[in-house]
Parts: sequence; C-alpha cells; structure tokens
Amino acid sequence: MALIGDLLIQGVQMFIVLALAPLLTGFVRVVKARLLRRRGPPLLQPYYDLARLLGKQVVLADNASWLFRVTPYMVFAATWVAAALVPTFAAGLMFSWSADLIAIIALIASARFFLALAGLDIGTSFGGIGSSREVMIASLAEPAMIMIVFTLALIAGSTQLSTIALIMQMPEVGLRASLALALIALVLVALAENARIPVDNPATHLELTMVHEAMVLEYSGRHLALIDLAAMLKLLLYVSLIVCIFVPWGVAVPDSGPLATLAGLALYMLKLAGGGLALALFETSIAKMRVFRVPEFLGIALMLGLLGTLLRFVSGTF
Amino acid sequence: MNVEFHAGFLAFTLLILAAAAFPLARRDRGPLLVYSLAALIAGIAMLSAAVAAARGVPLEAQLPLGLPGIGMRVRLDALSATFSMIVNLAAAIASLYAAGYARHESEQARVLPFYCLFLLGMNLVLIADDAFSFLLAWEFMSLSSWALVVVHHRSEENRNAGFLYLAMAAFGTLALLFAFGVLAGGEGAYAFDAIRARELGPLAATAAMLLALIGTGSKSGLVPLHAWLPPAHSAAPSHVSALMSGVMTKVAVYGFIRVVFDLLGTPDWWWGTVVLAMGGITAVLGVLSALMQHDLKRLLAFHTVENIGIIYIGLGLALAFEHYNMNFAAALAATAAVFHVFNHCIFKSLLFFGAGAVQVATGTRDMEHLGGLIHRMPATSFAFLVGCVAISALPPLNGFVSEWLTFQAILLSPALPDWGMKLSIPAVGALLALSAALAAACFVKAFGITFLGRPRTPQAEHAVETDRHSLAAMGALAVLCLIAGIFPGVFIDVLSPAVDLMVGARMPVQSALPWLSIVPIAESRSSYNGLVLFLFIAFAAYAAVYAIHRFASNAIRRGPAWDCGYPEPSTATQYTASSFAQPIRRVYGTLVFRARDVVDMPPPGDLRAASIAVSMRDLIWEWFYAPVAVAVTRTADRLNPLQFQTIRRYLAFVFGALVTLLLVIALWP
Repeated sequence: MALIGDLLIQGVQMFIVLALAPLLTGFVRVVKARLLRRRGPPLLQPYYDLARLLGKQVVLADNASWLFRVTPYMVFAATWVAAALVPTFAAGLMFSWSADLIAIIALIASARFFLALAGLDIGTSFGGIGSSREVMIASLAEPAMIMIVFTLALIAGSTQLSTIALIMQMPEVGLRASLALALIALVLVALAENARIPVDNPATHLELTMVHEAMVLEYSGRHLALIDLAAMLKLLLYVSLIVCIFVPWGVAVPDSGPLATLAGLALYMLKLAGGGLALALFETSIAKMRVFRVPEFLGIALMLGLLGTLLRFVSGTF
Repeated sequence: MNVEFHAGFLAFTLLILAAAAFPLARRDRGPLLVYSLAALIAGIAMLSAAVAAARGVPLEAQLPLGLPGIGMRVRLDALSATFSMIVNLAAAIASLYAAGYARHESEQARVLPFYCLFLLGMNLVLIADDAFSFLLAWEFMSLSSWALVVVHHRSEENRNAGFLYLAMAAFGTLALLFAFGVLAGGEGAYAFDAIRARELGPLAATAAMLLALIGTGSKSGLVPLHAWLPPAHSAAPSHVSALMSGVMTKVAVYGFIRVVFDLLGTPDWWWGTVVLAMGGITAVLGVLSALMQHDLKRLLAFHTVENIGIIYIGLGLALAFEHYNMNFAAALAATAAVFHVFNHCIFKSLLFFGAGAVQVATGTRDMEHLGGLIHRMPATSFAFLVGCVAISALPPLNGFVSEWLTFQAILLSPALPDWGMKLSIPAVGALLALSAALAAACFVKAFGITFLGRPRTPQAEHAVETDRHSLAAMGALAVLCLIAGIFPGVFIDVLSPAVDLMVGARMPVQSALPWLSIVPIAESRSSYNGLVLFLFIAFAAYAAVYAIHRFASNAIRRGPAWDCGYPEPSTATQYTASSFAQPIRRVYGTLVFRARDVVDMPPPGDLRAASIAVSMRDLIWEWFYAPVAVAVTRTADRLNPLQFQTIRRYLAFVFGALVTLLLVIALWP
C-alpha cells in the first residue's frame, strides 16, 4: 500500500511540476509588469507560447549536427527528472533514494553541459559567447551550491533531500547561523542559475550582455519549446528547493493520508506564489550587472557557503 | 594459476615479443601482429590477476634473480591483483587501439619494442615484493616510457619534453630510493615482509612518508612535481599517451598506497592533511591549466593532473580517518580513491584515443585548426563525447560515482577530533567542487571546439572516420564508462578487497542491495542509484520525443544559420579555444597565471590593424624549477675549472678526499 502511495505521489509530482512550471514563470512576469505599472501579458501566456512553438516546424541551420537536435530532449529530460526528485508537497517520493541533492545538482549540470555544447554546434559567435559565459558562471555557481549542500547535509546528517526536508521541520533544528548563510547563498546561486537579473536578463535579446538567450539563439519550434520549458522547470526546481529546505512546514510526511497530502499541495502553491512574488520584487528593485561583476556576486555565495560549512565543522551548535 | 606463472609468463612473453618486434617492425603487418599479441598477453595477465584476486589469499614466490641473499620476491595480494586487473585491462584495449592507429606511425622500430617493455615494467612494479625489485621495475617503466616519449626525437619540443621527463623521473626514483632506505633501516631489510615487521620511529616514518609522496607524486603528477607530465604525455604516440596518462600515473598511485598504507602501518595525524592539501591544490591547478590549453593532447594531459588530485584527496581522507580509527569512513574514502583510479584509467584512455584519431585524420592536434569533426567522424565524436561526460563527473556515467563517494567521505569528516582537519577539509571540499565544475567547462571547450562548429581548416573539412580497431577500442571503453556508471555497486565490490588491505575495513557489500543502488555506509545515510537515474532520464526523454512527434510537429526545414540576422560565412568568426576560455581566464587566470590581455586598439583614423595578445606566466615553473635550473648551471660553471688542473693538483685532491673519508670513518660513533 505504501509502495502504491509513494508511486502515486511520484507520478503526481512529475506532472505537477511540469504543469506548474509555466504558471510560475507567467506569474513572475505578471507581477513584474504590475510593479512597473504595465498591464503585462496574461498569466497563461507561457502556455500559449509553448503550444504555439510546439506546433511549428523546426528551422535547423544547414550544418547543425545530431547533437544539436538531441540536446533539447536531453536538457528537458535531465531537468524534469531533477525537478521530479525535489519534494514539493509530499516527502515520500518513490525514487527519492535514487538521487540525493548532489546528484540533483549534477543532473542540472548535465543539462547545462549539453546546452553549452549546442551553443557551439552551429559555429556562430553568439552561441560561443553564450556558452563560454554560461560555463564561467557555472564554474562559480556549482561549487557554491555544493558548499550549501555540505552545510545542509551536516545539519541533517544526510544529503538525501527528503530526509533534509523532514529534519528541517523538527523544532530542534531552530534558527542557526549556518542556515542563514546557506539561505542567502542559495538565493544568490538560484538567481545566477536561472539567468535572472542581476546576473542575466531573461527578457532580453540582441544584447551583448546576454548569456542564456545567446546560447539558445539558433533554436526554433519544438526544440525551443523544450528548452524554454526546461528553463521554467529549473526556476520551479530552485524555488521548490528553497521552500522545501527553509520553509518545510506543511510538506506531507510519508504515510500521512490523502488529506495531509492535499493540504501540502495547497500550501505548496502558496509557497510558490510567495517565492515568485519575492523574485519579482527583487528583480524590479535591482539593475543588471556587467558580466564580469558576476564572479564577485557568486564569489559571495561561495564564501557564504564555505563559511556555513566551516561553522558546522567547528561546532555542532551553529 | 600462481604468482610464478603470472610473473614468468609476463616477463617471458613480453621480452620475447620485444626482441621479435625489431625485425617485425619492418614488415607490413608486423605492428598489427605485435599489438595483437600484446593485447592477448595483457588479457591473459588480467585474467590471471582476477583469478588471484578471487582466491582471496596473497600469493608469494621467490625468484632466483635480483640481489644476492634476498632474491627477487614477487607477490600478488588483493592490492596488486586489483591494480593488475585495471592496468592490464587498459593495456589490452590500448593494444587493440594501437593495432589500427599504429599504421600511421613512421618509426615502428622505435615504438614496438619499448611498448612491450613498458607494459612489462608496469606489471613488474605491481607484483614486486622487495625494495630492490620495486625500484628496478620502476626504473624499467620510467626508461621504457622515456624511449617512447622521444620516438620523434627530431622535433625540438619532443627532445625537451624527454629531457625534462628523464630528469624528473630520476629525481622521483632518488626520492623513492631514500624512502626505501629509511624503511629498510641499517640492517638492510629490503623485503616488504621485513619492512612491515619493523617498528619505525616517528621521525623515520615521517621521512619515509614524505619521500614516498615526493617519489610517487613526481610520477603521477602532483603539483608542483607535474611540470614534465603535459609535454611528455602529449609528445608520445597516442596509445602510449593513453597508457602513460591513464595507467602509469595509476601505477605511481599504487606505489604511494603500497608504501604509505601497507608498509608504514598506522599513519601519523598530520599526514592526511598534507596529502589532502596537495590533492586539492593539484586538482584546481590541473584543471585551470587544462582550460588554458589549445593543444588537445596537452589539455588532456593537464587534466590528468586534476584527476590525480582527486585521487589524492580520497587517499588523504582515508589516512586521516585511519589515524582516528574510523575504519568505515576510511574504507569509504579509500574506495572513492580506488574507484576513481579505475574510472580515470578508462575515460582518460578513451579521450586520448579520440585525440589520436583526430590527429591521424587531420594531421594536427591544435584545436584552433579543427572544428566540425562531428560530421566527418561521427563514431569517434560519439565515443569522445561519452568520455567528456564521464570525466566531467555528470550522472549517470562513472566519473560522477567516484566524486560522489569522495563528497560523502568529506561529509563524514566533522567527526574527526583534529582541528587542522576541521578547518582544512571544508576548503578541500570547496576546491574539489570547483575543480569538478571547471572540468565540465574544460570538456565543453575540448569537445565543442574540436568536434562542433564549422571546420576551421581544409584538413578538418576533409577528415575521414578512423579505422575499425580504434573504433572498437573506443567503443569498448565508452561502454565500460556507462556500465561502471549504472552498476557501480558491482565495481565497488570488486575493489573492496584492495580497500580492506589498505585500511583494514571495507564498504558493505553493494551488489546485494535492492535495485543495485549504492549506500556507502550506515553513517552517511545517503544513497545513489545510477541505474534508476539512467532509466528515469531515458524514460523522460523518450516520453518527450514520443509525445512531441506524435501530437505536435515533426517537420524540419534546413536553412542558413540565423545568428541574429547577420550570418558571417567566414569560419574565423567562430569562438576559438582561447576565446572560449577568456571569461574563465579573466576570473581565475589573473591570479593563478598572472594572465594579462594586452589590447592594441588604434585610434580612429589610424589604419593599423587592432591586435590583442595574452601573456601568461607559469608560476610553478618560475618558483620551483627555474631556480633549480639556474643553480645547476651556475654550479656547473663553478666546477668547470676543476677539469683543467695539473696532475699534481689532481693527486692532491685524491689525497685530500682519502684523508677526509678515513677521518669520517674513524670519528663515526
């Protein structure tokens, strides 16, 4: 019975993350537009965009290789699997033991690896500029993320995300200096990983400061739809990650019945909305930085993560 | 099968093959025959090592060779057998590759005999059971590989690489000689049994450990002893590069494990810290240097330095845990290190094979002259891509598993009671994470610039796919990468007897776990399952492909590249290897390499061409090597007049030396 329940939760989770990801992106766009006193696109615009792109034919560059055509599916699959393994509304995911937080980060790194290769495939300078900047940003964001994982794992005693989420709910964890450092670092990394302001601008084109959009410039049609969807999933993943670790209350524990699961689902939607609101507020209140200021920005995240880990190494009470 | 058979068979067949290789080298099909036989011999040796490993008891023998009194002792215990399996597996596949690759070699007679001797040397190091045989085999391995480095000795670059390699190899052997001298003590107990039985004082044990670290580190490429490695590994023919980078460095790691874990007994508290710090620095400096290269084989060779760093991080953690009797944590760290030894051996060989295939097809290994090879060499590029994903530590391939195990070992280290460790391990963890992320960047560059984009030269445009033997070898290694990634438990179980010998404990049996997942040890409470992850990704990708092609669109139109509306036909507008690395050079290189971009931008109206030049300095060379070179030259100059003395002066020197020696002997306590 427990097995069927877990399998059900896993399946529902996979579809929920897929279904909610464009909504979150649309919500952030709407809030940002309202904050700028624009009317903004409809809330469901990302769904319309995806549907339109999926139906269109693909225009491939003459010299595009098979890697270019495979990459959208690889990126989407890796991101989707990663997003499916983050506990969102219930902790008892069927396959949560198959990949811990380090593996989830590595899955996202795999997606980025293929996307950066695809940026180089056509042999245009825009693709190259995007890829080379993306790997530079990743080379700082990933170690920062690993240090955050260390901090969390040393508090929870495990790198398993479902275990971390359950332990974070316990009152004895309380407020800790290392947790605060990890939270700030994680927010900085999440901004960089999702190509948000101030690191990158998701709404820009034809600008030499762009990173992610330059890398995927040659994509069109269903390929572009998959890559956009993967980017939306990644945003959802990071927001889910932050709320599952730092606001874990309401996540249904295993074997707690359908009512708790439904409550967890409702609460999760609220948390997502809160996360989206915070992101929109932050993005409207800050300017985009030059690309070579990004290392300083991410260096802060790395140092905070390292400091958090050091505190945990030095004493169990921090 | 016993160890006499193993040693005798290898020595006998490989020596005969080396002798026969001289006449065979002139024949048309001679090289094919020699490499096929070498593959067969390596395969048999691998099986014989596997049988020895399966038997579970160490096999010993004494051969009537070597030093009088001790003879030559050989022994196949779990550690030797495990490393023998890894080495001979890689050697067999390298020989298979060479059977095709070597057709393009112009100097067969300079390669074939030394190749056989090189294989023999590496095998003998692994089974030597006394200091004399060990050093003899070690030098054998060094010299035969030196001969392979200078095969194409007419190029100035290769000669310099060979000279530097020879000097560093001699230095390393000297350090090992002293290490064994300290271990054997005044009585000259050179047999490993006798060394194990000796109780060393703390000072002597420390000296032996440091000397062994220097001696083996100089062979495996620990920073700052790595300067010889990239030029030497890239100068040799590609199958030899693969063996030197993928296998010989692992034999050096074996030497370190044998001396420090096996012969020396319980480690001192700070040994782990030293090894960890060196490993961390090696990992980051190695990968940063690799990122700055535009020669494909040099890039791979620098990247070997990084992986050696990761292996030494695992070994350092194991030493620290062992000192504090945390045996299971030590077993986890040691497993991570030994598993990474295996993994690196596999994917680094694969990548060197790919680089060799590219070199044969295009005549160059400079990435700035390549590009677009994915269209001309589809099979090679696929195998190379698998190697790139594996070495970048991305799931579900094998590189990720060993790095994951290392991270899990790091997470157990807050329990260490030692403050130096508490402060240094988080820093090493950050260095390890940094090197993993930079490795991915490095291989995006290596694959992207070489195989993707548009061909930058006619040679790259007209490249053809490589031969069947090479493809078979690369395919086998790519499959191994995948298998070791999705069934890591099986490999961990095979490696565990060696780990048991190192630290006196082993990880729990993994292959019995449900769904073939790996759960390191109870304390870490984490698990990873490559198989489920692989199936999960495959399912998600298949679902996406099916749904989209069935319900949405599957139409494709080919057209010119979009490139924001201004496509530029010249291939020079593509990103090059050095422009790809520019952001990373700017972020890290300004500190590590003192990299400076010198831009010459003429003012408006001036018709000069603008130019940009990058200057980088090799600080390790300037700090460690250049002073030694200057000192040697200066001393040689000073001593030069001694060669132009009269006969009376020489007699006076002889007399003085004699008196001094007699005085020393007389006054010696």
